[in-house]
Amino acid sequence: MRVPLEWLREMVDLPAQVDARAVAERLIAAGLEVESVETAGGDVSGPLVVGRVDAIEELTEFKKPIRWCQVDVGLEHGGVRGIVCGARNFAVGDHVVVALPGAVLPGDFRITARETYGHVSDGMICSQRELGLGDDHDGIMVLDSGTVGDDGAALLGLGEETLDIAVTPDRGYALSVRGVAREVATAFGLPFDDPGQRLVDLPAPAADAAPWPCGVEDPEMCELFTLRRIIGFDPAAATPGWMERRLVASGMRPVSLAVDVTNYVMLELGQPLHAFDGAKLRGAVRAGRAGEAAPPLETLDHVSRALDPDDVVIRDDSGVIGLAGTMGGLHTEIDDDSTDLVLEAARFVAEPVARTARRHRLSSEASRRFERGVDRVLAPYASARAAQLLLEYGGGVYAGMTAWESPYSPPVIAMDADLPQRTSGMPVDRATVVHHLEQVGCEIMGDAVLDVSPPPWRPDLTDPADLVEEVVRLVGYDRIPSRLPQAPAGYGLTREQRLRRRAGLALAAAGVVDVLTYPFMGEGDLDALLVAAGERRRRAPRLANPLSEEQPLLRTTLLPGLLHAARRNLSRGIDDIALGEIGRVFVLDDDQDPGGVAEPPRPGVEQRPSDAELAAIEALLPVQPHHLAAVLTGARESRGWWGPGREATWADAIEIASSVASMLGVDIVARPATDAPFHPGRTAALVADGEVIGFAGELHPRVIATYSLPARTVALELDLDALMAAAHDVAPAPDVRTQPVAKEDIALVVAESVAAADVADAVRTGAGELCEEVRLFDVYVGPQVPEGHRSLAFALRFRALDRTLSAEEIAAAREAGVAEAARRHGAVLRGT
Amino acid sequence: MSAPNNPYDPVAVSTLEPEAVDAMVAAALADIESAGDLDEIKVVRLAHAGDRSPLALANREIGALPPAAKAEAGKRVGSARQTVRDALDARLARLEIERDARVLVEESVDVTLPTRRSGLGARHPLTTLMERMAEVFMAMGYEVAEGPEAEAEWFNFDALNVPPDHPARTMQDTFFVGSERSGVVLRTQTSPIQLRAMLARDLPIYVVAPGRVFRTDELDATHTPVFHQIEGLAVDEGITMADLKGTLEHLAAAMFGEGVQIRLRPSYFPFTEPSAELDLQCFVCRGASVGNPEAPCRTCSSEGWIEWGGCGMVNPRVLRAAGIDTARYSGFAFGMGVERTLMFRHGVTDMRDMVEGDIRFSRAFGVEV
Repeated sequence: MRVPLEWLREMVDLPAQVDARAVAERLIAAGLEVESVETAGGDVSGPLVVGRVDAIEELTEFKKPIRWCQVDVGLEHGGVRGIVCGARNFAVGDHVVVALPGAVLPGDFRITARETYGHVSDGMICSQRELGLGDDHDGIMVLDSGTVGDDGAALLGLGEETLDIAVTPDRGYALSVRGVAREVATAFGLPFDDPGQRLVDLPAPAADAAPWPCGVEDPEMCELFTLRRIIGFDPAAATPGWMERRLVASGMRPVSLAVDVTNYVMLELGQPLHAFDGAKLRGAVRAGRAGEAAPPLETLDHVSRALDPDDVVIRDDSGVIGLAGTMGGLHTEIDDDSTDLVLEAARFVAEPVARTARRHRLSSEASRRFERGVDRVLAPYASARAAQLLLEYGGGVYAGMTAWESPYSPPVIAMDADLPQRTSGMPVDRATVVHHLEQVGCEIMGDAVLDVSPPPWRPDLTDPADLVEEVVRLVGYDRIPSRLPQAPAGYGLTREQRLRRRAGLALAAAGVVDVLTYPFMGEGDLDALLVAAGERRRRAPRLANPLSEEQPLLRTTLLPGLLHAARRNLSRGIDDIALGEIGRVFVLDDDQDPGGVAEPPRPGVEQRPSDAELAAIEALLPVQPHHLAAVLTGARESRGWWGPGREATWADAIEIASSVASMLGVDIVARPATDAPFHPGRTAALVADGEVIGFAGELHPRVIATYSLPARTVALELDLDALMAAAHDVAPAPDVRTQPVAKEDIALVVAESVAAADVADAVRTGAGELCEEVRLFDVYVGPQVPEGHRSLAFALRFRALDRTLSAEEIAAAREAGVAEAARRHGAVLRGT
Repeated sequence: MSAPNNPYDPVAVSTLEPEAVDAMVAAALADIESAGDLDEIKVVRLAHAGDRSPLALANREIGALPPAAKAEAGKRVGSARQTVRDALDARLARLEIERDARVLVEESVDVTLPTRRSGLGARHPLTTLMERMAEVFMAMGYEVAEGPEAEAEWFNFDALNVPPDHPARTMQDTFFVGSERSGVVLRTQTSPIQLRAMLARDLPIYVVAPGRVFRTDELDATHTPVFHQIEGLAVDEGITMADLKGTLEHLAAAMFGEGVQIRLRPSYFPFTEPSAELDLQCFVCRGASVGNPEAPCRTCSSEGWIEWGGCGMVNPRVLRAAGIDTARYSGFAFGMGVERTLMFRHGVTDMRDMVEGDIRFSRAFGVEV
């Protein structure tokens, strides 16, 4: 809402020295967010006067036509001056604005008397743009009227300050100069005579003219409906300059007197108005629902709109003629020939208008006000004001008013007089409470408990808490003291929260850089990742209104985001990349429909929902586990003076997963896997507590190609929630054995198809409790082992808790290990 | 040299005369001093302190002395041998130090060579910042509450006093999941966690809730459709706006330094009443740039204040939706943007840096902010 300061001054008797900044400061403190203070033509200074063109000489010897004009600017400004002008949209006798030498226009354009086109130009005839008043530079500004020698700056409203206020949804009344003026008066402690509560004098309706009949078909949609009629109106009548200037300063475009007056009164008082052409109406004008099978309506913006049965509409005997409170219909619009004006002022109910406007994606000045709640009783006052202006400037005869109104009884809110004090934590006595509520416009009864009737322009005041805010904001938020509440002893982070932080640190410690990617993806990503149809990752929730049609799904895997991020890093010349993310993925249960349910549970909010209702709400949501993922490409160890470096491989991916798990106290085991999007021969399923919790390894070459990544890019992704579930609640301490260790190395020859981890498992199991470590340290394939076999060398460590092991015990344990490997996997001890 | 003496053979033994002993010591000390390295000192030790050294041989002669002379001679020789041993040890120690110094110098390397072989990891600064802000509250006894990102509309709007068709719903451009009528949205704020906390926890409740939120804004330098908020909630007997103010002042001090002022401005949020915008005094210029074109401030654009978040007293309607007795309990809530906090606290000028995943951005922060 843009509010010119001079308009405010008309309603509130502000001291002259109070400028817009001071007003803005007070309004901000009172809760109106003044976003900026603008000054029209702020950079114009120096003499600017009204002149009359007395003579024009056309100069034709130049590349473009030039006029040499004699302009009378008044004796006190030097009388008639010669001025060169390139524009042609004026004639002898026109009044124009002249910048005299010494004036400075926007862009530090200094006006001097200078020779040009063979004449000394003693000033400049101004266009709108040159004055910083608009973009219109088709020609110079020709004034409707004017007095030679008058101050042009004042006439054009230059230097006028305008407040731009962002009005919050609760303060609909501030979408009017009247509403803002009330706040200004309160803030400065000045009296306020509310123009919205004064019924202006209108002539008695002409005896030979009838008002236009009206009605309300659905009181759920409209509480007050009025029509005032003026006949014999002059459609060519001009809007007065002062009104045009205020409209422009408020951000509206002047159109015609009838339209301008409805807009002007809306800005002034906050009541949206609509003017019909009486000649185009058929029968009584009524407000109600569109109902079934209403034909489409073409609105003022030339859009044909299919109507919903629940749309709030205006109709006459011809059918629907407007979207009530949102936008009028094209076919009953006033035009250049309209002389019979029917002026609608109504109080439509907020929610139906909001729904109608939303259905038609149509937010108008009117709907913005109705959605926030228009003054319940204002309509007849506002339409009287509009009729007064129309009659004054457009002539015609007043034909009277018709009205329909549902009974109105102002609400009464019971509030403890000490509630503002109890809420704010500062002393606010009863007298202060009553004073401020009266400033807001409330009527108050009662003593310890106040019965408060909010004024009709404050439909937002419904609860005691609303009244508290009014009182406290007017006392001043800056006067609230400061105190720290004493919370009870807490338990710190939950186990999951702690482990998630640890996992993040572990990932960083493993050299992975955390990024936060958007959780959106497309079917194309799943295709690119080779995810099979029907797989769990295909059960992605879908956004009804995605930002990009390419990414309408919520991610079921972190990898698309990370692969795109890796791609972006590569494109920025970063070759060695290890990036990762911890974040939620979203997966629909088998019984959840991607389109959601038709009638989701919506329990009331008057009390706590039942457990069953809460469970029904929870059942709407997809599961949203935290995942942890990383992508690596390029050097894991860089080339340097120490040697050639090392590229990241499948083993790094597994190792990162494994080290993160270890940091959480979980041992994970790698098992061969073939799952997408990984290389079927270079991928491990990560197993914790017997459950597969993720995958790590080299990406499938087709995936790498689709995402344009370097060959052999590797990745890992695991279900962090599942990993955390496998972590100990309370980790048991180990037995730290202090007896001497015995070290034995063995080499076992096995078929190549046997997994090394299985051989190690067998050795560990066979060697028994005395064996504290089985570590594979070499893999050999070559002439010394049979074709299709390989030799796996293990370092074994034996130790007892309570004694030094004898050579026999050690040998027996080692042999038992070898024997178990032989039994399970046909392993043969090398060198025997 | 003479053969071992009969103890009772009272012959005069010239080697035990004081002059002779002194001469042996002098000879030994001269050799010790001239020993130039560890090999030479070994030879000198053998010559002057070994079993066949003059002093050792002299010592053997003591038995040949008459009993009256034995004590004195023994003392003399013993002292002489000790002097020689001490000199040897001292010289040895010095030679070892010299050797070590020489060898360690020879072994020296260029420690300015690069040592980093693998890239450094890092956490995202938004994550770290959220944790850090949460820690300020945990130190006051708060716990960290969480909620789902795909959230029920009931939690995100209805129970927060934003009924259907309320203009506040259009304040936030909402992503709908499934369909616009499915009742599921991507949460537009962390406030639904308030409800979840109130439904799940026993009173009194003191929680802080960092999290990811979503609005249908296009990405540009100052907007991103996916961003983060941190929410605080206290519900207890006798909670007032003064408690809210004191708590926010504490947070401001913890994050921006002691003495940084905050300002509350009346505003509107459906789930708080009274409501306020929270402004932070510019922690860089502390307001000194206001009306002072000589010293403009980039952080606050010379406004003196930075918009930080929203707050207020929990609307009793919200408390009722959670089944809390509003006659007995009241609460405050606040929320602020984490991106915004990171931007002005750390001078991030482009929101896109936080979302594009350029590893150089996160890496610059390490694991702390």
